[in-house]
Amino acid sequence: MASTVINVPAKARRGEVMEIRTLIRHPMETGFRPGADGRIQPRDIIQRFSCHYNGEQVFGAELFSAVAANPYIAFYTLATESGTLSFHWEGDHGFTQTETVKITVID
Amino acid sequence: MSDLKFPEHQPDSTVRRRLLRAGTAIGAWIIVRPAMAASEDLASAVRAYTGGAAALPGKVKLDVATLVDNGNTVPVTITVDSAMSAADHVTRIALFNEKNPQRDMIRFTLGPRAGKAEVSSRMRLATSQKLVAIAQTSDGRFWSDSIDVIVTLAACIEGDV
Repeated sequence: MASTVINVPAKARRGEVMEIRTLIRHPMETGFRPGADGRIQPRDIIQRFSCHYNGEQVFGAELFSAVAANPYIAFYTLATESGTLSFHWEGDHGFTQTETVKITVID
Repeated sequence: MSDLKFPEHQPDSTVRRRLLRAGTAIGAWIIVRPAMAASEDLASAVRAYTGGAAALPGKVKLDVATLVDNGNTVPVTITVDSAMSAADHVTRIALFNEKNPQRDMIRFTLGPRAGKAEVSSRMRLATSQKLVAIAQTSDGRFWSDSIDVIVTLAACIEGDV
């Protein structure tokens, strides 16, 4: 399990635009660099990221080798109702990770 | 005598001049070629993303420091001027580069539930180059913004850290 940092406001007013910031520990090995033995190191990157709000996808990203190590992705979403935000990362060599965060929406 | 020789010399010098000109042209072509290839590559990557549609300038704002100290982690923010309503919103945003080993950098999928068309991430830049951000709005049109960045410390692509 890679460690993650997810920044979501715990409480939001209905209709408010919330900023969501995510960070996951991952080397994002590009597949273009030679290692100490002179051979190209195999690519190991996160390829996909998505955010679901109560089961509905609100944001997605497709990552390439140009994304820096420990991918940071920040985006916005509308606070619609209380529930959970689930974050999903998927990458090379069967890498998958899902994190969920609870959110309370007040009127 | 010199007046008589002059006409004889002329064809020679014309040939020499032509050769010189051709040589210079080939030289220039060799020098210009890689730069042309890189921008051609970038244009075709953008075309592949837009499905051949032209991307109009405007609406998108690509925010990157023009002088980058460390190419290993370059903060990038892309903002699109949009109401983000059900009828008029941004559906996709992508970022491309000119001289990294790969043209694609990152692609985002958004919807009306985003509330605000703004995304941020951190990129690797192998060298000083041009970056292009493309956004697609719900009416199917594409918008673009580009920026030239100078990188002082390049992201490592040659050898281990």
